[in-house]
Amino acid sequence: MTDSQDLLGRGNREGAQLFRDWFGELNQCADDGEGAAYVFVMGSFNEILKSFDLPVVFPEINSLQTAVRKVADGYINEAEDHGYSPDICGYVKADIAMQLRGGEHPMGTIPKPKLAVLTNACNTYLKWAEAWERLYEMPVVTIDVPGTRAQGKSSPVGSTDFENDRRYVEHQIKELITVCEKVTGKKFDIDKLREVMVHTNTVSRCWKKLLDLNASRPSVFNALTDGTVYLGVANGLRGDKRGADFFERLVEEMEYKAKNHIGTIGEETYRLAFAGVPCYPIFRRFNEMFSDWGGSFVHSTYLWFASGGSNKGYEYDLSDPIKALSEGTLLNVRDAMDSMFYNDIVLEKMCEDFHIDGIIYHPIKSCRTVSTGLADGRQAFSARNDIPSLFLESDMMDARVVSEAQMKNRADAFFEGLATRRKQQLTGA
Amino acid sequence: MTEKLFTGWQGHNLDEILLQCRELAENPDYPTVKKWREQGGKVVGAFQVYFPDELVHAAGMLPLKLRGASLPPDESDSHFGSYLCSIIKTSLELVLSNRVELDMFVTHPICDAARNLAAIWGRNYDYTCQILYLPQNPNSSASVDYLSDEYNRLRRDLEELAGVEITTEALNNSIAVYNKNRELMRRLYDIKRETPWRIGADDAYSLVAIGGMMLREEHNEFLEVVLPMIEAVEAKQEDRIRVVFEGAFCEQPPLGLIRTIGQSCYVVDDDFLIGMRYILSDVKETDDPVRELAWAYINDSSYSPVQHDLNKRKEHMLLDRFNKAKGEAVIVAAAKMCEPGLEEQVAYIQALDEASIPYFVSEFEENMTSFASLELQLETFMENILFA
Repeated sequence: MTDSQDLLGRGNREGAQLFRDWFGELNQCADDGEGAAYVFVMGSFNEILKSFDLPVVFPEINSLQTAVRKVADGYINEAEDHGYSPDICGYVKADIAMQLRGGEHPMGTIPKPKLAVLTNACNTYLKWAEAWERLYEMPVVTIDVPGTRAQGKSSPVGSTDFENDRRYVEHQIKELITVCEKVTGKKFDIDKLREVMVHTNTVSRCWKKLLDLNASRPSVFNALTDGTVYLGVANGLRGDKRGADFFERLVEEMEYKAKNHIGTIGEETYRLAFAGVPCYPIFRRFNEMFSDWGGSFVHSTYLWFASGGSNKGYEYDLSDPIKALSEGTLLNVRDAMDSMFYNDIVLEKMCEDFHIDGIIYHPIKSCRTVSTGLADGRQAFSARNDIPSLFLESDMMDARVVSEAQMKNRADAFFEGLATRRKQQLTGA
Repeated sequence: MTEKLFTGWQGHNLDEILLQCRELAENPDYPTVKKWREQGGKVVGAFQVYFPDELVHAAGMLPLKLRGASLPPDESDSHFGSYLCSIIKTSLELVLSNRVELDMFVTHPICDAARNLAAIWGRNYDYTCQILYLPQNPNSSASVDYLSDEYNRLRRDLEELAGVEITTEALNNSIAVYNKNRELMRRLYDIKRETPWRIGADDAYSLVAIGGMMLREEHNEFLEVVLPMIEAVEAKQEDRIRVVFEGAFCEQPPLGLIRTIGQSCYVVDDDFLIGMRYILSDVKETDDPVRELAWAYINDSSYSPVQHDLNKRKEHMLLDRFNKAKGEAVIVAAAKMCEPGLEEQVAYIQALDEASIPYFVSEFEENMTSFASLELQLETFMENILFA
């Protein structure tokens, strides 16, 4: 057994190092004048791209880094000066400004795109990629991944409707491969794809296990803060042996914590679920508004949809990699979309499995995909469940719409309500 | 169903007919839809932008174009957060306030907000509320096959709702009705382009808009009477700038705004209600009409900021529209909080700058009621062009 002193916090240390290494590689790539493949978290097709040895850039991650590092406002202002409206997604604007600055980013220089791959899971992906296309005239490959058509009506695997969708995804993956061959000048190697998919399988299996482990009391990691670090590795190093090793070691750490009842804060008084995208401009302080009251984020819808649906723990059947990739993509991306649109159902399950005391809804200006249905979902959830919730609107990038003092006041009132409620429950009042 | 849904216009002069038309287009109580329901008809509401109405029509139901309304979101506001466009709220408001009653609701993944509507609607109503996944990768060689499958999936749902089979014959009949309708709307737009002084911008808009509130054969009958009346108008051409309006593919500007613009210039082309005019030429009537509809959407359609297509770069399409209309300036508008529209503005402006085409940038909301400031700005803009 590893020494507990080394084990505790290992995931965060190693995750941060992997991130630095990844960005270091991208910086080198930019210095060498090489381009990269630009992809998004909901359906990255990292497996295909890595099988062609293409360096992969996640613009969403680059942009959120500018907010966490408190430099997003400069980028956003620059994009707005370029004509982008204040009402457009902050991620897009930070990236556009970064492109206009030649890839200048607080973690190094980001290489230019020589290919962009996106899905229809978020419409802003489409508009974002169109902007790169105009800037660089490079290939843009969109892959349609049809989602659930109506609540409770996801077509089951093997049904005609599912097979129609899967066949369409498979066809598009084959078209992506043709584009990759042209862009890289390399022939597609299906065995190399299998090797990459083995690592994705490990990441998927571990990701699900990791999330499940937080059902422990106390929870073993903070779904909002620690979870975001793990999420970055799960996306950036998907299909990479370093990512697979990281997650196996992370699960080991969390199993140890679960077994020894080691939590993330002194005393976990309230177990919270988070719905939405984190408030990156005040990332640490946002969490403290809750942790100061003994509130611990045990789970979040973010860890589902921003992992591209990896929470399902889907593992590819390697005997037919392209078919497996189409099936896995369809199931995972569909699940990612479901966890945004049918948030009431998802949160209900979360509350049941993870013994949640309260839900924090965080709709934001920048992401209508996630935010549009949160108020209505909350109404439906509250009508069926006796679990308190708090609705805080702000943004993931734009500090101009983050009213920290107002949010803290509301968080304080929320916890006072939780405390009263618990007291009443204890006294049977 | 034999009783007409829009009556009282027959025998009147053009001005009186256009007045009725404007009143109907603006009426948030949708009297034609109520009348249809009173006759026992079923209604399928489809959100903007494009929807294959023919499938609903062939099942004997009324396809209703849901395009929001100029009314406050009293009931629907609490179902949404901030930072959202108005049409999302007012479309739901129409049903929550019982102005419109539906039997099925369909939305499309046109934008991040609209794709949420099936879930939101479904949490509030028991009838089927679904997303029709129109392809965002029309450039795939499999997109027509996929869309045919998707239309056939919807067709099954519609058959179940209507309790009838949508036969090939019925669908071909509906396609014929819609082909006629598209032909008539093209004729209306020819008038706008060639003799814009014969029809006001708000009147032309209303003539199209009411088509989404009634059966298209009735709309065809109406247009077949009214278009010749417009073509016969003896009006004098005025010294006005020929303008293309861009940015109303989803949320619609209020009629008052369109009227204000039309008083300052000739709106010779636009993307108002472009979904109703999305298919550019006749859809073929064949043994597989569903596939023909899918093929037309992919290969013979207009453009909008919410359809991604590598072959239809939007700024090039705008320049093409502008040139075909012999435009002199462009109004580059966007609905407030409409992300795709606002994003496209950047590309449009850059392309117009490069082509040295004058443009006027504006935002609008369907609920706005004061246009005085816009009128002043527009007049200044037009005078700058006229006297440059």
